[in-house]
Amino acid sequence: MKIAFSTPGSKLDAPLDTRFGRAAKFIIYDLDSETFEVMDNRQNLNAAQGAGIQSAETVARSGAKVLVSGHCGPKAFRVLQAAGIQIFYSEGPTVAAALESYRQGSLAEAAGADVEGHWV
Amino acid sequence: MIVAVASGKGGTGKTTVSVNMARSQGSKVRLLDCDVEEPNAHLFLRTDQHEQQEVPIRVPQVDESRCDGCGECGRFCAYHAIVSFGTKPLVFAEMCHGCGGCAKVCPKGAIGETDRRIGVIETSRSENITLIQGRLDVGVAMAPPLIRAVKARLPGAGHAILDAPPGTSCPVIATLRDADYVVLVTEPTPFGLHDLKLAVDMVRELDLPFGVVVNRYGVGDDRVHVFCREQNIPLLLEIPDDRRIAEAYSRGELMVEALPEYRSLFQSLIAKTMLLETEVQESHNQAG
Repeated sequence: MKIAFSTPGSKLDAPLDTRFGRAAKFIIYDLDSETFEVMDNRQNLNAAQGAGIQSAETVARSGAKVLVSGHCGPKAFRVLQAAGIQIFYSEGPTVAAALESYRQGSLAEAAGADVEGHWV
Repeated sequence: MIVAVASGKGGTGKTTVSVNMARSQGSKVRLLDCDVEEPNAHLFLRTDQHEQQEVPIRVPQVDESRCDGCGECGRFCAYHAIVSFGTKPLVFAEMCHGCGGCAKVCPKGAIGETDRRIGVIETSRSENITLIQGRLDVGVAMAPPLIRAVKARLPGAGHAILDAPPGTSCPVIATLRDADYVVLVTEPTPFGLHDLKLAVDMVRELDLPFGVVVNRYGVGDDRVHVFCREQNIPLLLEIPDDRRIAEAYSRGELMVEALPEYRSLFQSLIAKTMLLETEVQESHNQAG
């Protein structure tokens, strides 16, 4: 199973980006093979609107079934939910630490968006 | 002839110029307040015969029984207002610009359209002026379709003055398109000049004839004047930095009524815009 992490970096010791929609990259970690790939999300950094929606699409296309990020807005939450992706909030501080927390089962699954949208 | 009054910087005096120009027009004129996020021209005109009409845009409505989740709609939408990846599409109506593209590209004909109200158009009258103003609903972030609806109220002939929103973004472009002449209002300060340059770049990109009005002449410095001279931009009018103008404004009074000595300024502004627009037309005709 694959897990997506929002991050500005390209390695597991990179910080977990607490923003989801405007994260620069996603690390897609494969629990089965214990390998990961990096997906670029910079197209969304300067998007006027719709960044959360498009980031959610990117994560859905990556094949990830779990997302670990700092926060998630209402539109992104709807898209992730429709794609059947579980969302977990973590404070990191790194991708590796968030991954470890997930493995230990210490992250609680998000029941809803935890921040307001920027355009509604 | 359609004259649009715009600016880079906000608060330079677009509405002041628009309403006083409109009142100084010797004949009937339509004044369109295109700053639909915060229309204010009505504050300076005692209006009556109010009419109001709702303005909707068409947003997608998905018939899920006909959708096979192909995702064409989501790939088409530039604004992510409809999203699908092998699933039934999700619609974010508040992101939709109402282009209708998703319904057209859907191979199953599963997407219909439904109205979503974005604001109202209010029409009223004040002596020689018919005021048509758009008012965007609170929470709606979609000014251009409402501005286009306001402009659709313009008949083919007659004079119209368009009071534009500040800045150089989509709502301003939607206002300026199809104008015959653009009046750029600025103040003679470094900030005013900075944003005037952005506005000049914008109207040149749109290939519209334009000139500059300097408001609060007497404050700041002469850099706006130097810029206009160097760039060969007509300086249409200087409105002095007169405290009485601000006082009249604060009472919601027209400058040309509270301070009749300024009437001739606006009459000459109207004459200049008409003359300059005619010159541009003639040079186009000769070139064509």
